[in-house]
This record gives sequence, C-alpha cells and structure tokens, in this order.
Amino acid sequence: MSANTEPALKLDNVSTHYGPILVLRNMNIEIFPGEIVCLLGGNASGKTTTLRTIVGMVAPTEGKITLDGVEIAGLDTTEIVGMGISMVPENRRLFSRMTVRENLEMGAYLRKKGNSHQEDLDRIFELFPRVKERLNQRAGTLSGGEQQMVAMGRALMARPKVLLMDEPSMGLAPVLVQSTFEIIKEINRQGTTIFLVEQNANMALLIADHGYVLQTGRIVLADTAENLLNNKMMREAYLGEM
Amino acid sequence: MAVSRSPGTPALEQPIVITAFPSSAFDIRKSIRLGLIAGLILVLISAMGLVESFDDRMLIDPILSLGYVLLFLVPLLVGHIAGRLPPLLEGMPAPEHRPRDVLGGLVSGTVASILLALLVIATPVFDLRTLFINLSPTLVGLLTLNQGLASGLLLLVAIGATLGTIGSALHLLPDKWRSALVKSVTWVLGIALLQDLVLQLLRGLGLSFASRLIFTVTGGLSIPATVLIFGILLGAQLSIKTKGESLATRFARLPDSRKRRTLYAAGVLLLVVIVVLPQIVGPYISEVLDLVGLFLLMGFGLNIVVGLAGLLDLGYVAFFAVGAYTMAVLVSPSSPGFAPQLTFWLALPFVVGTAALAGILVGLPVLRMRGDYLAIVTLGFGEIARLLAQSDWLKPFLGGAQGILRIPNIPVGPIELHTPPQLFYPIAAFVALAAYTSWRLQDSRIGRAWMAMREDEDVAEAMGINIVTTKLLAFVIGAILAGFSGAIFAMKIGSVFPHSFNLIFSLTVLVIIIVGGLGSLRGVALGALVIVGLPELLREFNEFRFLFYGIILVVMMRLKPEGLLPRARRAREITEEERAQDVGMPVTATAADPGGT
Ligand SMILES: Nc1ncnc2c1ncn2[C@@H]1O[C@H](COP(=O)(O)OP(=O)(O)OP(=O)(O)O)[C@@H](O)[C@H]1O
Ligand SMILES: [Mg+2]
Repeated sequence: MSANTEPALKLDNVSTHYGPILVLRNMNIEIFPGEIVCLLGGNASGKTTTLRTIVGMVAPTEGKITLDGVEIAGLDTTEIVGMGISMVPENRRLFSRMTVRENLEMGAYLRKKGNSHQEDLDRIFELFPRVKERLNQRAGTLSGGEQQMVAMGRALMARPKVLLMDEPSMGLAPVLVQSTFEIIKEINRQGTTIFLVEQNANMALLIADHGYVLQTGRIVLADTAENLLNNKMMREAYLGEM
Repeated sequence: MAVSRSPGTPALEQPIVITAFPSSAFDIRKSIRLGLIAGLILVLISAMGLVESFDDRMLIDPILSLGYVLLFLVPLLVGHIAGRLPPLLEGMPAPEHRPRDVLGGLVSGTVASILLALLVIATPVFDLRTLFINLSPTLVGLLTLNQGLASGLLLLVAIGATLGTIGSALHLLPDKWRSALVKSVTWVLGIALLQDLVLQLLRGLGLSFASRLIFTVTGGLSIPATVLIFGILLGAQLSIKTKGESLATRFARLPDSRKRRTLYAAGVLLLVVIVVLPQIVGPYISEVLDLVGLFLLMGFGLNIVVGLAGLLDLGYVAFFAVGAYTMAVLVSPSSPGFAPQLTFWLALPFVVGTAALAGILVGLPVLRMRGDYLAIVTLGFGEIARLLAQSDWLKPFLGGAQGILRIPNIPVGPIELHTPPQLFYPIAAFVALAAYTSWRLQDSRIGRAWMAMREDEDVAEAMGINIVTTKLLAFVIGAILAGFSGAIFAMKIGSVFPHSFNLIFSLTVLVIIIVGGLGSLRGVALGALVIVGLPELLREFNEFRFLFYGIILVVMMRLKPEGLLPRARRAREITEEERAQDVGMPVTATAADPGGT
C-alpha cells in the first residue's frame, strides 16, 4: 500500500513495563490505512501487552503512539476507544451472562446516537449469518467458533478505524481457523485497517500485507508478508520447518 | 430392549435394558435417609431451645402452640418429600401416584420421630443437659405430650408416623384439592401467627368486635374460629374456577389505551393505600413499617452497588452512619461542636453531599480491587466509620460514645412529624424516590455499563467504559440512598450513637437483597418485609433472628439462588446455566426482559 501517506497507527520507540519488569522494549510499528499488519511471536513474547499498550490499558513508559498522527499514549482507554480503535480480546471474553445482542450493543457503547445500531447489526449479520440466529442466546452458551464471531462483531460495532485482534484463531478447529481468516480479510476489504496478533504465522502472513516478529519484547524482524513467508530464519522459527 | 452393538465398541457386560419407568416412589433406603435427616433437624431445634420457647406462643388455643407446629411440620414435610416420584426423563409418560407410595412417608416420619424419642431417652442417661442447657424437664414434658415417658414417646412416634403418612398422601389428592388444603392451612396458621397485625387491622377498620370472636383472651385463635376460617378458606378456594391465567398475562392482552388507564388506576389506588395505611394499622405496625422502609431505602442503594455493579460492599453501614451523623450535627441544638440547628429539609442537601463524598472516599482506594479483596476492605471501612464516630479525636464534633441527642422532629408546614404513623409518609416518599431512581437506572446506559463491568471489568474497559467514573457512580448513588436512610433514622430515634452502626447492620441489608433477588426491585421490597418486618411481628423469633437469617440463606442458595422475586435477567443467568449443565444442550433465552420493577 501507499507508503507515503501517514500511518493510521504508529508505535514509535515504545517501551512498556509491568512494575519493574520491562516487557516491551523500543518497539517501532507502522500500520497504514487499509492494511492488515500482523504481529507474530511465541508465548509470553509480549503480543497481548502490545495491544493493551495501544488501547491505554497499560501506559507505555517511553515512546509515542499516534493514531492518524494524533498522539494517544497516556490517554484513557475510553478516549482511545472513542477515537476509533477497538479490540477483539484474547480468548474472546464475551460478557457471558448477557445475550448475544446485548454483547453487540456493548460494543457500540461509546456511540451514543440513540439506538440506531440496526445498520451495524445488519452488516454483522451479513458477515456472520449464524450470529443473527443466536441473537437472544446467552453468550456463555455459544460454541467457541460462535463466540469468536460475536467477539469480532462486538468490536466492529464501534466502527473502528483500526481493529486490533488478539489471536483470533486460538482454540479453533482448522476449518474454523480458515474461515476466520477469510472473514478477517473480508472485514479489511470493507475498509477497516487491521492489526492482527497471531501465533499461527502461516495463516496470518497469507492474509497480511506486513508482518513484525516479536521475541521477548523486542521486534526482531519486520518485512512484507511475502518476504517473511520466504525468510529462512522465519521458516525455521515460526513456520514449522526444520 | 437390547441395544445393538457396533463392532468397534467394547463389549458391554450386559445388554442395557430400559424397563418401564420406576413405577413407585417407595424406596426404603431413600425414605430412611430422609427420615434420619428430618430426625436430626428435630433434635437440633429441640436442643437449641426453639421448641420450648416457641411453646409460649399459642396459635390455636389451647391445642396447638408454635413450638408444636415446628415439631409437626418437619415429619409432614419429609413425608411429602419421601412420597415424591423420582424426577421424570423428558418424553416419558408421567406415572401416577399410587396408594402404596405413602409407605415412604410413613417410614420417614417414623424414623424422624424415633430419633427425637431417642434424644428424650438419652437426655437423663448421658446427662446431656450439661452440654445442651435447653434439654430441660419442660422440654421433655413437651416432647412426651405430658403423657409420661413410655406412653408419651409412643404417642410421639405415632404422631410422627401419621404426619409423615399424611404428608406423602397429599400426593394422592387431585391438584386442586391439595393446593386448596395447603393454602388454607397456611393461611390459618399465618393469621394465628400474625395475631398482632390482624388485631391492629381489625381495630383500624373498626371491626374490633370481630377480634373478640376470633382470638381468645390468652392469645391464639379459638377452636370454633379456626374451624370456621379454615372452612371458609377451603370452600372459597375450591369454588373459585381457576382461570389459568395470571394477572400479568391478562394485563398484557389489554389494548394500549386500557393499559394506561389500568396502570393509572393502580397508581391512584396504591397512593390511597399508602395514605390511609398508617392510620389503619396503628402505631405499632407503623413503627415496623417505618423500619422496613428505612431498610428498604438501604436495600435499594446496596442493590445498585452489589446487584447491578457487582461490587460486594460489606461496610455499607458506613454511609448510613454518615447520613445519620450529618443530620444530627446539623439539626440538633446539643450537637457538641458545630450546631447550626438547621431544619431537616435544609440539612438534606448536606446529607447528600457528605454521603456522596463518603462514597468517593470509599470508592477511590478500592477502584482496582475485585471480589473478595473488595469485600474485605469495605468491611474494614464499615468498622472504621464506627470507630471514628466513637473516637476521642472526633468527640468534640460527634460526641464520642455519648453520641448526639435532642434531635428535633421533621417539620412539614405547621406540623411536626414525630409519631411512627406520621414518619411513615416521608419514609414512603424517599422509598418511592429510590425505587424510581433504581428503576430508571437499571436499563439506562450507566446500568448497562455496570452490568458489563460486573461481568468482565477488563473487557468493559476495552469497550470504552470508564471504569473509574462508573464504579464511583455506583458507590456514590448507593451512599446517597443509605445517607437518606440514616438521616431519617436519626430524626426518628431522636439521637445517634456510634454503636448503632455495626457490621450486623451491613449484613442485614445484604441478606435482604440476596433473599429478595439481586438486582430485582420487587425482590428487595419483599426481602425487607421478610427479613426486617417479620421478625418484628413475631417477637419470639427475635432471639433466634440470626439463626433464621443463616437458615434462610443456606436454604435459598440451595433451592432458589436467584432470590424470591428475581429480576428476569438474573433468573435467566442462574437457572439456564444449570439447566444447560443438566440437559447438556444449548439454551435459547427469551428476548423479553421486562426488568424487575
Ligand atoms: N499484568 C501483568 N503483570 C506482570 N507481568 C505481566 C502482566 N501481564 C503480562 N505480564 C508478563 O508480560 C509478558 C508478556 O505477556 P503477554 O501477555 O503480552 O504475552 P503474549 O505474547 O500475549 O503471550 P500469549 O501468546 O501466551 O498470549 C509475560 O512474561 C507475562 O508474564
Ligand atoms: Mg497474549
């Protein structure tokens, strides 16, 4: 995509601590409008922490984060979400005792304008026809795949400029992983910029434009998805080839 | 029929045979087990002194005291349970109860009463009285029905066996008869138990002459009155054609315009009832109602904090204390430090202010705490509030252990509200305000934010909910309602002392909302009546009040964890979870959530 426009989301030399422990060090990530960018890394490498830092649930101890050029580091989560970033959390984390519809409506919490969420709901039903059938079911009783759909739908209800996804393929059967990534691609095609955190490097790189590889809190590789798929070190470490 | 096996599966030892569904409820082991449990309960209530102290209360003069009701109810109930058919599998034809099923009740009732008889025999032999002080000769006399040891105990066992049999025989009656019978007996016992209330009502309605016909001089229903009331009730129940439709469904069918008119009429009716109620029921019952109202006000407040926002606050009494002390300081001429001597109404805004401030002060430090930690810390705050009021440090302002006295009455125009029936009105007004506020809040934006926060605080935050303001708002609104309650309490009592604001207070409010049904406004109202109102009316229960709270809580959590009158949403949360576990299939919730109002 066009590298000369301004990044939609940019992390500039960002470091994050949990107490005294340094978890992210000097991260630089650029995500341009309309792109899918993925962040790959093993367990405990700091993927979730990166997303939590972006939405302000932990404050970075160093560096700048900008959304469309506007500095957002240090703002409240409420403000950041209001500015157009929303997140599909790790393990979906639906409000399990609320119905599917209530979950979706919570996603649009910050968009106060009356109750005119029908348009967004329709869009979500188009992406996930099953969700429509389950609208009045308690979210906690959905299957894993269905929960993932609702979690994505909930995040989309906020009409985000940038959608953050934390391991959407986790715990899903291979068939479902496939269709989940297809849907992510489709959401992106409809105009949402996506920052995707994954351990499933193969699948993620197939739909992504760019990829970053994270190791114990540090970016060790950054390239186009295509190059990463062919990168020797990458193939050995993450793509399951010896 | 034999189940065919596919080649791959391991061979079954025996072919599975599904017999016709268990044809009888009678299962000797189950009956004996139930009987033993019931027997233990009987032994327990006797050894704790309930039977003896409740014997002073005559229900049907002179044959039946409350103590005996307690003794008889246990075998009756256990017989009923023992006679129940095993639960049905889906799609099986419902089997009929058959006469031999009553054997289960007979066995259970007999076993239960034998256990009690053993207690009587064992008492002198092992000198049990040194352990259980309540095992007195009076109790033994009671349990042997004053017939001497041998024949008395035989009689006791015979009665237990009979009651157990009756309990299970109830299943044999047609549904209509059974429910009519049970309801009539319950009503008769209820009338006898609430004798004070009934007497007051009769007097208030100008029917004093009737009370002399119904109740004997020594207390309790007279035998002819019992028979008459029972007959009337039973006759009425049996002759009423069951419409099979609740008021709610009939109301839902009305056209909109009629609906509005019906609601309007109901509102006016309610208002009239509220206006005349304290006059009819008299000062004593009004006093009870006032107390219920004050607890209800707190219940509504705590319901927001715990029921909606999910913040378990065990120090809720602190806000009540803040309200009471703020009012006392501002209105009392003998406030030790600062005595502006405002009127009640002028002081109210300050109560709102200090209560809200207290809400923030408690809320801020616990913002990031969850669950059990929150509960423990708020528990501490409750105690701190009491200790501060007692402290030498604040003594120049709050009067230390001596408290603040001489709090004047509530002025309304030219009159001063002072007696319990008069105070009923401002209390009712505040309760109405609290109910309306809670009702509007629960389905509002902030109400949904509370609910989301209760479910998953992190994700709620990621949805853009401001956790800080949302939490603080719950604490502040809860604190203000408790503050109102405390302020009126101070006016009502005329003085405030630190020792009034103890942990039991917080726990009582918590029990009210749990018993009623967390999150349900009707539930809170019922909870306050049951937990605060009933023990006041049944004074002999007072000594055992906390025992009953405990029993009620345990029984509720086992049988009806969603509360007596749950909010539709809450009932769904709990019961469907269990149903889903039981049946192992996805549940489809109903879309309609009318909300508990
Ligand atoms: N709240 C916290 N306090 C202290 N340390 C934390 C906290 N959350 C995460 N960590 C630590 O930070 C490191 C990175 O965690 P993070 O959750 O970001 O990893 P991740 O890449 O998302 O892992 P996974 O793939 O298993 O989800 C881990 O070592 C973790 O133990
Ligand atoms: Mg993670």
